[in-house]
Amino acid sequence: MIRTLPKSRTYTLSFGVFMGLYFFFLFAPLVITCILAFNDSQFPSLPWKGFTVEWFTGNVAQRVGIFHDQINLASIWVSFKVAICVSVLSVMVGTAASFLFEQENFPLKTPLYFLMLMPLVIPGVILGISILLFSNTLGMFFEDTWGIDVGLFRPGFWLVVLGQFSFITTFVTLVVSARLKKFDRTLEEAALNLGATRWQVIWYITLRFLRPAIIGSGAVAFLMSFENFNTTLFLVGSEATLPINLYLQVRDGSTPVINAISFLLIVGTSSLALFNLYISRKEKLE
Amino acid sequence: MKRHFSWMTCFFLAPVLIWLIFLIVLPHIDLLIMSFRAEDDYGDMVWSLVNYKEFFTEPIYWLTFVRTAVYSILVTCITFVIALPVAFYITKVVSPRVKGFLIVLLLMPFWVSELVRVYGWMILLRESGVINHFLMMLGITSTPVEMLYNDATMLLGLVYTSMLFMVVPLISALDSLDDALIEAAYDLGSGMWTIVGKIIIPHAKPGIVSGSIVVFMLTLGNYLTPNLMGGKSSLWFTEQIYNQFIASFNWNQGSAFGFLLLILSSFIIWVGLKLTRQNLGKVAS
Repeated sequence: MIRTLPKSRTYTLSFGVFMGLYFFFLFAPLVITCILAFNDSQFPSLPWKGFTVEWFTGNVAQRVGIFHDQINLASIWVSFKVAICVSVLSVMVGTAASFLFEQENFPLKTPLYFLMLMPLVIPGVILGISILLFSNTLGMFFEDTWGIDVGLFRPGFWLVVLGQFSFITTFVTLVVSARLKKFDRTLEEAALNLGATRWQVIWYITLRFLRPAIIGSGAVAFLMSFENFNTTLFLVGSEATLPINLYLQVRDGSTPVINAISFLLIVGTSSLALFNLYISRKEKLE
Repeated sequence: MKRHFSWMTCFFLAPVLIWLIFLIVLPHIDLLIMSFRAEDDYGDMVWSLVNYKEFFTEPIYWLTFVRTAVYSILVTCITFVIALPVAFYITKVVSPRVKGFLIVLLLMPFWVSELVRVYGWMILLRESGVINHFLMMLGITSTPVEMLYNDATMLLGLVYTSMLFMVVPLISALDSLDDALIEAAYDLGSGMWTIVGKIIIPHAKPGIVSGSIVVFMLTLGNYLTPNLMGGKSSLWFTEQIYNQFIASFNWNQGSAFGFLLLILSSFIIWVGLKLTRQNLGKVAS
């Protein structure tokens, strides 16, 4: 059964085969996407026609590589801006929320905590449409009452940011809270006794302690925002984010440029994920 | 001191309240209100149940709804059946040195965008895809087989995209299981299935519940995978919502559908939590 117990040969072998198949299943689509990004063919399929990097660097009419593909580059830039805004906002509010739920006491704390968990059980599509509806209602209200047209209430950049922020903040709160639970509050009391103000305690002691969790959750927020599709779909205006833009291209037929973008995404997100893992490992050692 | 702290509470409370009220509570109230509004014969908006009536009288709508629910439960079960041995292998069978490496390997695909993963499967499975290329090269088939755009492929895609949300909580649940319990059971002569049923599953219950909730939720609300891998014939309820909003521009009907999906997901999760005697606060942390 387990490593300390005697195992039959068949058991070990069949379990090994199962795990091998599982990892094959896990990696096959990613590996094949990466390989075909370097295939010298007009279509992302076999047969192999030789190695090329033209799907990255090419700049001729039939082969516009990703580095010269203005539409895709623009959408990567939009996604990048959205992800930065979402991670900064959600880390700030999420950290405030974890202080609120871990260290403060106030009436209706438990119901508010459950409300904070709600985004975990609301499908992304529903979050998207409800925020779309509400911003539309607000927009109409402002226009009818004061005759002003607020751009924020129309689908577009900021609505995408708000939509993603609405559920990513919950994840940040949970990650930061988990770290805050381990905080030794006698440190705070000592500092308060030595004459520090509550602000100084939070700034110099608690936030320092939380730093790995804050950086880690920021990285997670960035990745979640960068790849979000379901919520963004309803809130996106004329500036498409990368997942929306890729979706439209995949649906209407694909070229190896998509493989090239996927390759960059896989490499980029894996490095960010490894960085995040490194941070959390350091946190564990501390 | 007391006053000071309450001021602090307000400082932390304000952003949280703004977030929850303006992005969660009010939008969903608006969704509920919109779903009960419809145009009457004169083109005015009035209170009405017509959006919900439409759902129950038009078989395609509620059939898709039931189908989505049944398939989501099925995906959750398949994911669990595959994930349990994987988590067990990583936490209990393999040597501790390989364990860390395998966990990193497991997490890698989880970080890559769902779109890229679905796209990878499309390249593998479609008529001009990689698998067909090998099948024809080996002489197993002479003409390419279309493997995309059917229910089985869609299920495969859904299991694939949500797999890691099941594996990770299972690993952390099994990590805390003392090996001595399994050894003791083995010494007393229990077989593998007894150990799985009497020790492993009861111990891993919190992990199973939280993993199942996340997988179920993500599958039920998934738009991308059914849309790209399921093709025209396989309907998913989120597609109906999307069509009402974007294609027909019938926001009231779409709101009613959205609200029904929300009720369905909350209800099934509630039943799941009640059956397993867990609560959301415990599962989330």
